[in-house]
This record gives sequence, C-alpha cells and structure tokens, in this order.
Amino acid sequence: MEEIDMGRYDRNMNMLTKEENERLRNFKVCVVGCGGLGGYIIEMLGRLGIGYITAVDKDAFEESNLNRQILSNVNNLGQYKAIEAKRRMESVNPEVVVNPMVAEFNDKNAEEILKGHNIVIDALDNIQSRLILQDICEKLSIPLIHGAIAGWYGQVTTIFPGDRTLDYIYKNKVQKGIEKELGNPSFTPALVASIQVSEALKVLLGRGDLLRKEVLYIDTYTQEYHKVRF
Amino acid sequence: MIKVKLFATFREGRQKEVYFDYFEGIDGKYILDKLDIKEEDVAIYLVNGMDGKLENPLNDGDTISLFPPVGGG
Repeated sequence: MEEIDMGRYDRNMNMLTKEENERLRNFKVCVVGCGGLGGYIIEMLGRLGIGYITAVDKDAFEESNLNRQILSNVNNLGQYKAIEAKRRMESVNPEVVVNPMVAEFNDKNAEEILKGHNIVIDALDNIQSRLILQDICEKLSIPLIHGAIAGWYGQVTTIFPGDRTLDYIYKNKVQKGIEKELGNPSFTPALVASIQVSEALKVLLGRGDLLRKEVLYIDTYTQEYHKVRF
Repeated sequence: MIKVKLFATFREGRQKEVYFDYFEGIDGKYILDKLDIKEEDVAIYLVNGMDGKLENPLNDGDTISLFPPVGGG
C-alpha cells in the first residue's frame, strides 16, 4: 500500500490512531440522498478521509434548497446533486473517490446501488424509501445509519441486519413525517448528519458505543434529547 | 392515573404532559381520541419506556409517550 501524506489528517490524530486513519481510505460508504443530510454527510466523510463514497440522488438543485443544503449555491442551481457532491469533494479532498449516481432510489435498483459497500447512510427524504433501504441493507448484511429531520426535530439510529429498528419508529404505517408541515431549517440537517457520521465512523472502526436498538430523538426547540430503546 | 408525555409537534396547543384518570380497559386508542391525535400520526408509542401497542389495556400508574414521525432529509 502506498504511503499517503497524513498531514491533512493531523487534526484527526490522536482521536484516531494513524492506523485507523489509514484504514478509512479502504472503506466504501453509500450515502443515499444528497440533500440536507446527505450534503453534510458527504462533506464530513470526505474530510475524515473515507476512501470511496457513492452519492445517490436523482434531483438537481433548486432555489428552495439554498436554506440548508451545503452542496447547493447560487451558481449550481439546476445541476445534479450527486454530480455536485463529486465536484465539491474534488476541491476538498481529491484523495476521495466519489461515485455519483443520478438515480431515484427504489426497490428495483436498491440492491444494485447498495451492494459492495461497508456501510450505508440514510439521507433520504421520505419514509417509504427508508423502509426499502432497511430491507435491502438487511438482505445484503450491511449496517445502516438512519437519520431524519423535520423542523426543530431530528432522529438518529444505527441499524444492524436483523434489528429492523425502523419498524418501531415508523409504526402505524405512517406515510408522511411532520417535515411536510414544518419544512427544514439550516441547523437540524447539520446536527443530525454529524451524529450519523460519528456513528458510521464507529461502526467502521469497530469501537465506541452505538445508537443500536435505540433512537436518539432530538428536539432543538426545547433542547431535549431522548434515547428511546427498542 | 395515566401520565401521557407528548413530544415535538404533539405539544402544540397542549401541555408537555397530560394526565388521564385510570379506568379498567383504558388504552392508547382512547387517549389518542381524547387528545384529538390521529393514530396514523403517531410514529412511536411507548408504555413505560417500552414499545407498546395502542390497543393493549393500560395499567393504573402507566406512563405513555407519543412521538410524531420525522422523515425529512
């Protein structure tokens, strides 16, 4: 294995060991959704030095994304989000390979998109697609880091094959989240994405305590943070 | 007495916690109906901190928690 200049990762030490830092570039992470959550997630994974990131999103940037989606700016409206993720990482950390997939994630293509990754990060924007994501990750035996946002609120959980935690937190066949009424501001995506990335890092490195079989339910309006166990 | 803890948007127009007098057979469905919360709007339903079923009868002294669905990205 070629020696890489670890200078850019100097501030990741000594939180991570040099060996752990080097291991990160061998991991493949699939980020499903490149919007509010996904943009921040890709940014953080890339700066950590995750070697290979698949970025999945069918949409192009529009004006209403500018309030929260870190990959969007006034110059790239109309451009595909997944492609912009790749462009962004080329200027942030060119050592990272970003594989952009301009595609709608659905039950037809899910397996093809997800296979071969060490971990999948849920940055989708609807409940139905998340349930498909859980099913296929389970089938492929890939850990899944779930995150979702709505206005002042958010939630994160780490799902291993067999846990099926989404079955508990989207009970009663709920079809739509409260984000449909509340919208999403700039800060909950960044907050939830940060927690998701910290979970992904721990799963990849095999250390630390995980939000497994428990959901961190976040309320930034009252600053209440509840862990709900299942 | 049944204690009901409400989270996120379920607090709008209500308190963070509400109480119901216990009677035999009281369940989550009854409480949702009285709170004017639709069943399909409840994503997480806990009884004493554990995953629960709305139709199961509650016991005197139980605490239930209601969370709305968060699904955006």
